[in-house]
Amino acid sequence: MAAFIQLFVSGLATGAIYALVAVGFMLLWQTSQTINFAQGEFVMIPAFFVLWAIKILGVGFWPAVGIAVVASLLILGLLFKRAIVDPMLRHGVLPLVISTIALSIFLKEAVKDFYSSQAQPFQAMIPSEDLNLFGAVISSQSIFILLIASGAVLGLNKLLNGTRLGRAMQATAQNPSVARILGIPVERMIMYTFLINALLVALASLMISPIYLAKFTNGDTLGLAAFIAAIVGGFNQVRGAIVGGLILGVIENMAAAYISAQYRGAIPLILLIAVILWRPQGLMGRAEERTV
Amino acid sequence: MMDFLTSRAFKGTVFVLLVAGLIILPFFLRPFGLLLVAMWMVHAVAALGLNLTLGYAGQISMAQGAFVGIGAYCTGLMTLAGVPYPVAFLCSGALCFAIGWILGYPALRVQHHYLAFVTLAFSTLVFLVMRNEEWLTNGIYGLTDIPRPILFGWNTGKAKDFYFFTLLMTSILAFCVWWIIRSPWGRAFVALRENPVRALSLGVDTRRYTLMAFAMGSSIGGFAGALYAPLVQFFEPNSFSLTLSLKLLLMVIVGGAGTFFGPFIGAATEVLLPEWLRIAQGYYLIIYAMLVMVLMMFCPTGIIGLGERLISHLRQKKISSERSAQAQVMGADKPGQKEGAGQ
Repeated sequence: MAAFIQLFVSGLATGAIYALVAVGFMLLWQTSQTINFAQGEFVMIPAFFVLWAIKILGVGFWPAVGIAVVASLLILGLLFKRAIVDPMLRHGVLPLVISTIALSIFLKEAVKDFYSSQAQPFQAMIPSEDLNLFGAVISSQSIFILLIASGAVLGLNKLLNGTRLGRAMQATAQNPSVARILGIPVERMIMYTFLINALLVALASLMISPIYLAKFTNGDTLGLAAFIAAIVGGFNQVRGAIVGGLILGVIENMAAAYISAQYRGAIPLILLIAVILWRPQGLMGRAEERTV
Repeated sequence: MMDFLTSRAFKGTVFVLLVAGLIILPFFLRPFGLLLVAMWMVHAVAALGLNLTLGYAGQISMAQGAFVGIGAYCTGLMTLAGVPYPVAFLCSGALCFAIGWILGYPALRVQHHYLAFVTLAFSTLVFLVMRNEEWLTNGIYGLTDIPRPILFGWNTGKAKDFYFFTLLMTSILAFCVWWIIRSPWGRAFVALRENPVRALSLGVDTRRYTLMAFAMGSSIGGFAGALYAPLVQFFEPNSFSLTLSLKLLLMVIVGGAGTFFGPFIGAATEVLLPEWLRIAQGYYLIIYAMLVMVLMMFCPTGIIGLGERLISHLRQKKISSERSAQAQVMGADKPGQKEGAGQ
């Protein structure tokens, strides 16, 4: 039982990180039909912004984190939208998919060639301690991640549902033409979602890098996890992506422990295929009208 | 001149010149160069198959690399067990045809990004099976010493012989694809891509053709794998990870999806160019990725599309210059110019 709780909590913690990445992924899809195949690399990069700031600028950890967040907002939010997504939108979905695949190669290779191909140790935001809870040993990291992720999600939810700005963003996602008629600055709203995505991936990066170490290939698994979480939960609901992420994290951990360590990566994929075939709108999602 | 550049005669000429060039190439290249060109052909075949599924039938697949892997493992294991190569070759294609047919079923239910993710998941699953099922695939150690075939007394063991064998098989497979594209099936695929609802109402069995597009594209991927196995003679699961599928996808789009020569050009940018651009060294992939992004921005129809745009631009220029010339010599009747302006 204690082992089960341990696995469950650490699974939830990983799942919470997946959920953050999946929420960002889904927001981009909703507002601008961007399927970001570089989302995983977007999570990998901010950790290297931190390392780079420490190494080149010689600043401490926390200032470096600040620099990394600003760099993420500028590069992964603003620049990504302006330089890659905007010129591509009129060409439809597929060229943009290809472009983000190319971007993911670019980011990976850039880190490999200009920083290092080795896994880099990464400082955790809080000291790591083991807490004893009902006989189960739980890392303080896990609790911290869960708290931060819940905070981020609650904040986002508050923003989207509780403020005028959030409602305008939702209107943009649902029907940009009508939103424009109603006087909502659609372009700016789309930009905000890109910035929110940049913020979410930066947060995810800071939390996951101490666990996995910062490495240029980290994005492969993280990106896939984000896709799966978004689809399993439901592509058109923020809470869907959250539930999807949590389910995925827990299932992955349980599968590794109780079914097969070799096939731990396979279980989420099978889950993905099953959900797409039997419930394409996702576990929490609303059925969308199919476009002809 | 401009009309000639887009005519069928021109395409035929290019094709003949290409084949002729590939035939005399071995007399100039060292074995490593031959291996590289043969590698290009194998990738081009796999991309041809994906082009059938993606470019013509419009069904996005991120699993072509997995089919190359299945084909390679099928041929590798069978020939290592002593089965004659032609049998193994056909089995690879047939196996991938069957698996591709099954993979097509999700495409009947979901489209676009959902289909992309199903195929992506499939690709990763295949990789996991290759890596973990050691009793069958030898796990991470891969397959070694795969024999090259002896056909009708022709031993293809040497680099040059195997090069010619690859060239022969590539030509045959390319011809098959060309034939499929021009057949009623190819037309049905395009109808499926352009407007599935209309195709259905016109009596095209879209269900069957969707599955068929997947099965055919996958089986050609399997044949590519069957050529790959004896070409490299050693491979392991990492050769067929998701990266290969994504690379093949990039090849098709960069070359020009839905065009016959697109995959050849796309494959050349992935396989041949890195070797010729040795100066760029480790930075090739970075440069390549940037070029792909720029290409997609300005010309999503790929390199072929870029070429076509250039030709039509030149033609426009020619026509307008002819028009102005004609305007200057108003009254003087010159039938030849009229013909040019009329186009």
